Amino acid sequence: MELQAKKGHTLRLLLLSLLVPALNIAIHGLFFILFRDAGLHPILNAVIAVIWGAFGIYFIYYSMNWVVEQYPDQWKRRVLPFVFIGPAVLLLGWLLVLPTLRTLYLSFFDSNSANFIGLANYAAVFTDRLLVMALRNNLLWVFFGTLACVTLGLLIAILADRSSFEKIAKGLIFMPMAISFVAAGVIWKFIYYYQPGQEQIGLLNAIVVTFGGEAQAWLSMIRPWNNLFLIAILIWMQTGFAMVIFSAAIKSIPESILEAARMDGAGEIRIFFSVIIPYISGTLLSVTTTIVVFTLKIFDVVMIMTGGQYETDVVATQFYRQLFMFQNTGYGSTLAIVLLIAVIPVIIINLRQFRREGGF
Amino acid sequence: MRRKKSVRKSKWLVNTVLAIICLIWTIPTLGLLVSSVRPAADILSTGWWKVIPHRGWTTAEQLQLPKDTDLREPIAIQDRTYTDDELRSGVEVDGTRLIWENRRARLLNVQEKAWTSNLEFTTQNYETVLGGKNYSITMPDGSTKTEKGSGMGRSFWNTLAVTVPATVIPIFIASFAAYAFAWLRFPGRRTMFVIVIALLVVPMQVALIPILRDYTVLGLNGTYFGIWLAHTAFGLPLITYFMYSSISQLPKDLFESAFIDGASNFTIFSRLILPLSVPALASISIFQFLWVWNDYLVSLIFLGSRPEVQVLSMNIANLVGSRGNDWHLLTAAAFISMLMPLTVFFALQKYFVRGMLGGSVKG
Repeated sequence: MELQAKKGHTLRLLLLSLLVPALNIAIHGLFFILFRDAGLHPILNAVIAVIWGAFGIYFIYYSMNWVVEQYPDQWKRRVLPFVFIGPAVLLLGWLLVLPTLRTLYLSFFDSNSANFIGLANYAAVFTDRLLVMALRNNLLWVFFGTLACVTLGLLIAILADRSSFEKIAKGLIFMPMAISFVAAGVIWKFIYYYQPGQEQIGLLNAIVVTFGGEAQAWLSMIRPWNNLFLIAILIWMQTGFAMVIFSAAIKSIPESILEAARMDGAGEIRIFFSVIIPYISGTLLSVTTTIVVFTLKIFDVVMIMTGGQYETDVVATQFYRQLFMFQNTGYGSTLAIVLLIAVIPVIIINLRQFRREGGF
Repeated sequence: MRRKKSVRKSKWLVNTVLAIICLIWTIPTLGLLVSSVRPAADILSTGWWKVIPHRGWTTAEQLQLPKDTDLREPIAIQDRTYTDDELRSGVEVDGTRLIWENRRARLLNVQEKAWTSNLEFTTQNYETVLGGKNYSITMPDGSTKTEKGSGMGRSFWNTLAVTVPATVIPIFIASFAAYAFAWLRFPGRRTMFVIVIALLVVPMQVALIPILRDYTVLGLNGTYFGIWLAHTAFGLPLITYFMYSSISQLPKDLFESAFIDGASNFTIFSRLILPLSVPALASISIFQFLWVWNDYLVSLIFLGSRPEVQVLSMNIANLVGSRGNDWHLLTAAAFISMLMPLTVFFALQKYFVRGMLGGSVKG
């Protein structure tokens, strides 16, 4: 009698474990089809999308947790963690880990992924004129972009720390961080704008003309230095990031250390190089790596400003063009893997850091 | 005493240098904002800084020449003769300038240098950009042209429909995962977390081609659901890491007493952990929100060019491509797309900064 009751209970649990996920799939599938086919008014569309997205995800966890709560205690303890991390692991696996391996695999194949060609794509990356140019430009970005962001960020952080309007200054420098590269692209395209004739409406050309110079089409002339005009946009946007983090680090330096250095007769410049810099070296490293990674993947700015023309292509834009314009999956995948290889040192630094901080 | 004086002097120097830097940093945005409210004709004929009072030519009087004046011959005005070309670009005589007001009507402007500013503003640019109808505008040479609005209003709502779920979903998923990583024991926990950390800086380009193939098979291309999933996956490593560092700092006693009271993990999570993590959640939400709102690459690839799902960044990018010199449209469009991020930024700056300090490893 008791055994039978237990059996019935198990059956019920099994059924629930299958039904609830199936129900979830059915409900969200319905929503998905509704969205794809209904063609609702934009505002209504947005409202429903927001409600579905936000409550849908809660409902999935809630219902799955409810099922697991029905399990016997021992099973509950074993299964529950997987309900909690399940969606994260599934999504990361499907949309990041597996694709990385698949891209690696594709990089050994030719343009339409039909024939295995070994390392030929990798050889091309370092010989094909277009691809080599993209690599060179990316190096320019990484070098000049990072150098300028870190130096300026540090300089402004120190100036702001000693100024009488620190908050406002930091807010203003930091503000470009919030806007998109696309919008920033428009802002700077306008600054670099060139039109034939006397009257220049682009700020840069107007300044040049005022000082007796000749107006230029900055983004297409003077190659390869036109890349620097694009890099200026990155500097404008990312210096604020470096500054905020440096500012926090500088404020954490104990006043007593600075005071002691001053007592010993060290000047401000000496204090900067022998006290402040060593003290914030960890922050310096992490800001530098972050900006290096960021510049390696730079895409939007170049795409908006020049579309990669006038020898301004970088790896990410070349990746996009190989993929969508030349339909060359082999080159595209290889460029992506080149980016991945470039960030591997950063991955190692991050993992080391994590282990040093105690890990688990 | 001397030291104090030198400190004050150096403070003055610091303030000046910083003020100059701030000015340089602000001018680009200011130029965009000012231009976006100027009439199309003004934007193309004078720089936006001309709204600031400056010494410029202002018309003092107008001269009506005889209607039958032959423009191919030298034109006689006040004892001197000028060619048509000179009058077109303006010619200076004794501190005054002569320039055509209306060449066909033979109307001439006599201008003098004076303090002036071009203070003509309009909301027309915004109306054109937001709506989808046809509008007629006046060009610098006096001609009118008709242009079609770019339907930014629609893109604005689309962006919202993409951004809000693409912020809420990953934060939910990542918080659950972070809770499990921090407070539950299960096999593979360490390995999985190390993978999450390794994924922090992996460039998303490396995943795009295979995802695109899967999406094509599953029919997810050009759908909101597809782009939510993509943004979720790309945001998950950072958000999980960020939430983990916040949730794992909570005191252990908290959980023990809750467990003794018979609360389940789900209850603890939603009643205890989430409320306690509000500052962290706010910071990372802002971060993810802005990231998705400002994103261009992911929407370019997964939403494609279907106009009915187009987001702001794509809309502007298309404008740049097709109407690259229509600055009255571009500036207004760019400012509309900046409105939301700037509001969020100024209203919640504190959380934004905190999110950035924690999220500085994001790739």
